[in-house]
Amino acid sequence: MNAHALMASSPATPAPTGFAPSVGAGVAGEALRVENLRVELASGADIIDHIHFSLAPGEILGLVGESGSGKTTLATALLAHARRGAQIAGGRIDIAGASLLELKGDALRRARGGLIGYVAQDPAMALNPALRIGNLLRETLLAHEPLLARAAQADRLQQTLVDVGLPGDREFLRRFPHQLSGGQQQRVMLALAFVLRPRLIVLDEPTTALDVGTQAHILQTLRRLCKEQGVAAVYVSHDLAVIKDLVDRVMVMYAGRIVEVAQRERLFARPAHPYTLGLLAAIPDVARQRPLQAIAGHAPAPGQRPQGCAFAPRCARRSAACTSLEPSLNALDSAQQVACLHPQLTAVAAPTVVPATMLSCADTPLLSLRDLNLSYDRQVLFDLSLDLYKGECLAVVGESGSGKTSLARTLAGLGDTAQAELTFDGQPLSLLARQRPAATRHRIQYIFQNPYRALNPRQTVAQCLQAPLEHFFGLKGAACRARIDAALARVALPPDAAHKYPHHLSGGERQRVAIARALVCEPSVLICDEVTSALDVSVQAAILALLKQLQGEGMTLLFVTHDLGVVRAIADRVVVVREGRIVEQGPAQDVLDHPQAAYTQGLLAHSPRLG
Amino acid sequence: MPEPCATSHRLPAWLPWFIGRLGYGLLTAWVISLVVFIATQALPSDPARVILGPDAPLESIQTLREQLGLNRPILLQYLSWLGQVLHGDLGISLDSNQPVAGIILARFGNTLALLGGVLLVVVPLALSIGVSLALRRDSRLDRWALSALIFLKATPGFLLAIGLVLLFSMPQFSLLPAVSILDPDKHLWQQLEFLLLPILALSLSSLPYLARLVRASMIEALESDYVSAARLRGVPEWRIVWRHTLPNALVPAVQGVALTLRTLIGGALLAEVIFSYPGIGTQLNTAIQMRDLPLIQGVVLVITLGVVAINLLADLLTVLLTPRLRTARRVTLIQRNRRGIQSWWRRPAAKAP
Repeated sequence: MNAHALMASSPATPAPTGFAPSVGAGVAGEALRVENLRVELASGADIIDHIHFSLAPGEILGLVGESGSGKTTLATALLAHARRGAQIAGGRIDIAGASLLELKGDALRRARGGLIGYVAQDPAMALNPALRIGNLLRETLLAHEPLLARAAQADRLQQTLVDVGLPGDREFLRRFPHQLSGGQQQRVMLALAFVLRPRLIVLDEPTTALDVGTQAHILQTLRRLCKEQGVAAVYVSHDLAVIKDLVDRVMVMYAGRIVEVAQRERLFARPAHPYTLGLLAAIPDVARQRPLQAIAGHAPAPGQRPQGCAFAPRCARRSAACTSLEPSLNALDSAQQVACLHPQLTAVAAPTVVPATMLSCADTPLLSLRDLNLSYDRQVLFDLSLDLYKGECLAVVGESGSGKTSLARTLAGLGDTAQAELTFDGQPLSLLARQRPAATRHRIQYIFQNPYRALNPRQTVAQCLQAPLEHFFGLKGAACRARIDAALARVALPPDAAHKYPHHLSGGERQRVAIARALVCEPSVLICDEVTSALDVSVQAAILALLKQLQGEGMTLLFVTHDLGVVRAIADRVVVVREGRIVEQGPAQDVLDHPQAAYTQGLLAHSPRLG
Repeated sequence: MPEPCATSHRLPAWLPWFIGRLGYGLLTAWVISLVVFIATQALPSDPARVILGPDAPLESIQTLREQLGLNRPILLQYLSWLGQVLHGDLGISLDSNQPVAGIILARFGNTLALLGGVLLVVVPLALSIGVSLALRRDSRLDRWALSALIFLKATPGFLLAIGLVLLFSMPQFSLLPAVSILDPDKHLWQQLEFLLLPILALSLSSLPYLARLVRASMIEALESDYVSAARLRGVPEWRIVWRHTLPNALVPAVQGVALTLRTLIGGALLAEVIFSYPGIGTQLNTAIQMRDLPLIQGVVLVITLGVVAINLLADLLTVLLTPRLRTARRVTLIQRNRRGIQSWWRRPAAKAP
């Protein structure tokens, strides 16, 4: 791998080795060089600042950070674009010798797409629903190379489609975006970027909306294309595990600054910045079970950055100097730079592997489902049976469209058209929540995937928690208040959170409120539908720890997820669902270590892992 | 990966959907005809007395009632009326003794000409104003134009119409006729000058709504991910406006135009009263005043059919303009999407902000 490190303080060292920079690269074999880039809000507060880095042709850089770290702002700034309300306030971006920020009008338009390609996060939103795939590709090509002959144009389209792994026939080109699968849509986005043969491609979390199998294939295609064509890439992600097999170097951002840049192997083996350490400790790993550690506190918003190191308030290693002096990015050696006064200089000890506690399964299940069939337009669940034992955490795993959420909703009593036999605590139970007796209804509670949409924006947290208390237990006034405080304490929220509205809370806090809303009902079973998939990894770790703690207090959990790492972290037993049928089930360890079904083996093989 | 794929040989799913909608539309028209028939029967008046006048002796009224068939059971009356309607015979006007169908045909033709004119003026105007304001969003021009549109919207329609008359048809400066007294012997196309002021007045009063609708949906489309992705791909700005944004912004505009037409078809009273334009609205008004039952029934039926037709056309256009609906393989997919104007790409993003 090429070892080149660039920063403000040290002179540029062009890539000595590596991927033959045979393509006519710019100055000193660099595809991209960013100096002192700053993007600020209209108020003058900086979103990102002091950004220096460079890329060699064919090099893939992983840009990692949590929401609010400025990684997306940096990604779009590389195309000289800032979102509404923000502007690029200074700095320099050189791409293949052209100074991007000095380009105007038509020259800038030609640079976008021609020199730098962009692949957006959600292909379903980034493809125009009214335009056919072929027209999109042709339009993009003609916008940059209007003189290309018709035959050459067709050749280029065919070649690009083959490159990204799409069929190139006429029928395919006549399709609209909604007639493609998510993976194909993202391949179309890749084709739209690669058809112009750019020098640099910026990818903003291009696989978060995709299943693990599709994600693995897209990442493979991307790496092959970048290496073959000598295209440099900046891959933005919030998840270190995803980029582990893709990138050559990793750049970690926090609060609008680069806090660490390192060669991939180095970063995973010897992370130097405490924030990188924290991120790595928070990511659940498919390969082994270990206690997940959340990073306490929040990242500061633009304009509220504390003096000194922005990470200091959350840092366990901080000293007095940290709160007064903002550390600059310094090289530890040729493979690693870090912006920290007290970097971790030795390899981190391997995390303790917790032996999974084998639950002695009670003889009779708490909740038992037999022969569940469910159809909407078509049938989504087929003769599905499962048992949920008291005090266990059962994970339901599957890709999107497998029917796992439908299964969870049916257990919660929300599946209108379901047919099944359900017993709860030895008694038959209706499949419709409104037909269940109040005495059992409150014992099964549901937590939704997206905490941003699961809370009524017009209700304070207290009002939100009060409604179920009044409904189920007829509690009012002080008694109600006491229960609310207890529930908030149980989910580790301060008591004054009760008077806040959801928009005052962060994503993690909202999900805690949603959990508290379920807890005030005094449930015996909590059904969690992908409750962490909308959250940052460090927040996810905290929520998982909370759920684990609740389980320790006797709660039974049904945890729906697509993430096998999360399964390893929390589940006792696993049910793998595919196309509405159970393909495999058993203790979590057995299934994850020795999967029997080919489908489970595939899922495991494609799951990003740290180890 | 199993791929959804649109085969061109199969009948598109929107065809059965459209036939279903057509059936529903006709059903609606039938139900309304029933309601109108019953309602007109409940009116506290006797057509026979209306014809013969208040001083007529009771025997002649009885005789006329028998001649008109008014003493038959109401169901029979309705069935015979319906049978006539299906043969295109709407009955004879009590007031003028002319066939209702003939009266309505002339008046409805005038109303349709008015609507057509309004459509020709308002749609291009609203599109160009909406698009250009959306492109200059939050600029000074945008703010002033928005204020002007709201001012126009707040001005009562009759004031606009009188203002137009004052502008264009004063004795010393008479460009256009202030009153649209059509010559019944001449074809409408030979006296278009009478149409101009009514069209202008109606267009001005419906322009603010449509222009603001187009502006809003253009802004929404311009802020979508697919437009920023196209920009970051270096697609020229004019192509972004005309090829990427406008087709997606048209759907709400189609529904808005349909809404405007629906209100105008029965109630272009503004123009009909102020300019004495012989449209179908004033006809209905006079018919009700005269208790001219066959005419009331006929006019309401025609207006109902017009509204049903406008709805159908708007929905069909929406489906044809939305590739996802046009290429849908199952009717249920269209039905689910057609609930409200909310389009599938306007759903909130799956990921949290």
